[in-house]
Amino acid sequence: MSPIVKLLAQRIALGLLLLFLVSILIFAGTIVLPGDVAQSILGQSATPEALANLRAELGLDEPPVARYFNWLFGVFQGDLGTALTSGQDIATAIGKRLGNTLFLAFWAAIIAVPLAIFLGLLAVRYRERWPDKLISAVTLASISVPEFLIGYILMFFIGVKLGWFPPTAISYRPDADLLTKLSAVALPIAVLTLVVLAHMMRMTRAAILNVMQSAYIETAELKGLRMFTIIWRHAFPNSVAPVVNVVMLNLAYLVVGVVVVEVVFVYPGMGGYLVDHVSKRDIPVVQACGLIFAAVYIGLNLIADVVSILANPRLRHPK
Amino acid sequence: MSDNLLKVRGLKIGATVYPPGEKPHDIKIVHGVDCDLEKGKVLGLIGESGAGKSTIGLATMAYGRGGVELTGGEVWVNDRDILASAQGDIRSLRGGEVTYVSQSAAASFNPAKQIMEQVTEAAIGHGKFSKKEAEERAVTLFRKLGLPDPENIGKRYPHQVSGGQLQRCMTALALCPEPDLVVFDEPTTALDVTTQIDVLAAIKEAIRDTGVAALYITHDLAVVAQVSDDIMVLRHGNTVEYGTTDQIINAPQEEYTQALVSVRSIEHEEKQPTPEPLLTVQNITARYKGTKFDVLHDVTVDLHPGQTLAVVGESGSGKSTLARVITGLLPPRDGTINFAGRMLSKDLGNRTKEDLRELQMIYQMADVAMNPRQTVGTIIGRPLEFYFGLKGAEKRKRVIELLDEIEMGSEFIDRYPAELSGGQKQRVCIARALAAKPKLIICDEVTSALDPLVADGILKLLLQLQKIEDVAYLFITHDLATVKAIADSIAVMYQGKVQRYGSKSHVLTPPFDDYTDLLLSSVPEMKLGWLEDVIANRKMESAGN
Repeated sequence: MSPIVKLLAQRIALGLLLLFLVSILIFAGTIVLPGDVAQSILGQSATPEALANLRAELGLDEPPVARYFNWLFGVFQGDLGTALTSGQDIATAIGKRLGNTLFLAFWAAIIAVPLAIFLGLLAVRYRERWPDKLISAVTLASISVPEFLIGYILMFFIGVKLGWFPPTAISYRPDADLLTKLSAVALPIAVLTLVVLAHMMRMTRAAILNVMQSAYIETAELKGLRMFTIIWRHAFPNSVAPVVNVVMLNLAYLVVGVVVVEVVFVYPGMGGYLVDHVSKRDIPVVQACGLIFAAVYIGLNLIADVVSILANPRLRHPK
Repeated sequence: MSDNLLKVRGLKIGATVYPPGEKPHDIKIVHGVDCDLEKGKVLGLIGESGAGKSTIGLATMAYGRGGVELTGGEVWVNDRDILASAQGDIRSLRGGEVTYVSQSAAASFNPAKQIMEQVTEAAIGHGKFSKKEAEERAVTLFRKLGLPDPENIGKRYPHQVSGGQLQRCMTALALCPEPDLVVFDEPTTALDVTTQIDVLAAIKEAIRDTGVAALYITHDLAVVAQVSDDIMVLRHGNTVEYGTTDQIINAPQEEYTQALVSVRSIEHEEKQPTPEPLLTVQNITARYKGTKFDVLHDVTVDLHPGQTLAVVGESGSGKSTLARVITGLLPPRDGTINFAGRMLSKDLGNRTKEDLRELQMIYQMADVAMNPRQTVGTIIGRPLEFYFGLKGAEKRKRVIELLDEIEMGSEFIDRYPAELSGGQKQRVCIARALAAKPKLIICDEVTSALDPLVADGILKLLLQLQKIEDVAYLFITHDLATVKAIADSIAVMYQGKVQRYGSKSHVLTPPFDDYTDLLLSSVPEMKLGWLEDVIANRKMESAGN
């Protein structure tokens, strides 16, 4: 077996193992959480008998290990269970929400990733001169301000004062045409872009500057190439691995960490759904959301690993 | 218009340095150098490290490495003063009119790109050739430079070809845009001798066939004598002597040049073996953990007390691995090591303190073998404390004695390694090894990183210390001149085996086996026409091809 296939198989197996461990962690974590679904459904005045009956009905009186394996086998069959509070099928409900979240994350990524890399390249090209300093200052400022504050600022100035885009995402309907949808989420996308830009841009800059010390960059300079050509053609391909890792972390954040932005803009995504059901102590929903978030995180980091491996010419083209 | 392609007048080069703990200040690297080069001629720049030869070479491309600045003078290329040229003109000069071959092709090729793309990039970028023409030219050059499979080698990535091949690819890269001038900066220094000779011959032929002019920079006068028409000897940024190759080699005027020409003139009388060897390495077979092949096969050698065994071979021959086995860093799979009448444990962890004390080591890179935050006194004092329990004034007295022995005064005791020159650092490492009063010192390429004159000094010191301290050396080197200078017996290693072993006079006297012959004949000699003679008389291809 070629070393690269072996490495990739290893990574994928590790990812699956990790996901399995995370599923145990999620399940255990939600069990030790204080609070009781039966109590929160029936209210403070419920009689002990009524509570016991409801628990039995919901399957909460079985031992935890049995419940874990029931749940795990359900997950393997695509059955995430039913929400305790509403009796809805969780998979169906999450399906819609996840679609919305991915829509938002996708468009934010489409703008943020190329922009961050381009700004990183630009910062290297004009290193220690004003464009570099300006880019650094602006991106640092945008990452330092809490995202809900950026959200409200944009909402007020662009949404309300200028009226360019709707101030909230209330008008968002999954079945509307693309343009309407994009205009509805324009402001959340802007906020997310500002939040993830700095991290990726700074990593791109640092990774490329690191490569710029190499002897082959001197060779390129002595070929009389333009600085930007050197950075793009000779430095960037050798700094892909660290950059991809940071990009994937930020993509994961776009899916997993957007709770605040979704709440601020009243967007019907996963974040809002999760927060809702945490407050209702609806354990199966929380578990399902947790598992999906973990899968996204592990999956994206797995992709980052794979790309880093593939970016190494020694592995791609063995002797 | 003159025939002069390159005209350098009063070139001055400086740099800003940032020494730790001091204020940044400007230093001068080159103080006014003049030289001329006609079309199709080769000028050799020779000198020790710090002489400014690379800096001058790069100045012909209006390039300053790191913080280096071209502060004064004129550099005329094709009747144009490039130091006064605009940025755009300099770009068309670099990679178009003047190209560069660096010492380490392995580092100078982009690891992420195919060789062909990199070789043709400048020619295409400057609009000299179309992609197709440039690639055809590259293949022609690959063939001319003797690379295997010239049609397809360009499709490979740099890590897929050997060091010697990559160095030739770099030469192809420099010649591809049909430049007027190529700057060769130590192009063969990083190669094994048997590979160096092939690359040297390929470069020389390519220069002759393409009619390009070249600046050939090296510290090795014997090498430059083979390729250049004129030689300029540099020292500390000044011209020492400038003349034709014939004059410099055969009738050097300046004292410094004479020293360079006569370097490697140490005479050492071979000692007779004693009845009882100090070290007996028997049938050693070893491999590295996690690998499937042996790097040493059945190695057997003896070393007698107070004598020097030179282990010589090219990279990959297993000579450094042998040192690791003897020191216990790499336990062998098979074989025994007898030392001073007792059997040494294979594993370093099981050796006694006495074993450790009697067997010391000196390394190639003196600067990384010392803790930069310890003073010379602390570094040399450490074994005194560890092995003999010396403290305070007693320790200091012994450190000063040792400093005397290595011909450095007591004023060095409070200095840090960063304040020493390369030769002084290596001397401190020698003193540290001697401090343990060892019976055997393993010297692993201890002079390879040093300039020839400095290396000479170190070798003389080692010989002198051997007389005083009666210490034996296991001297690992790839440099046959060094071997001739100091060895009593020699082991030639090739692909993990001892190819030839015996007293110095035996090993260096014909008849030779093919490999020893190749190795011995590949050492550059300080005479004109040597290269052609050797190539014509070879019996065996070198391994680096």
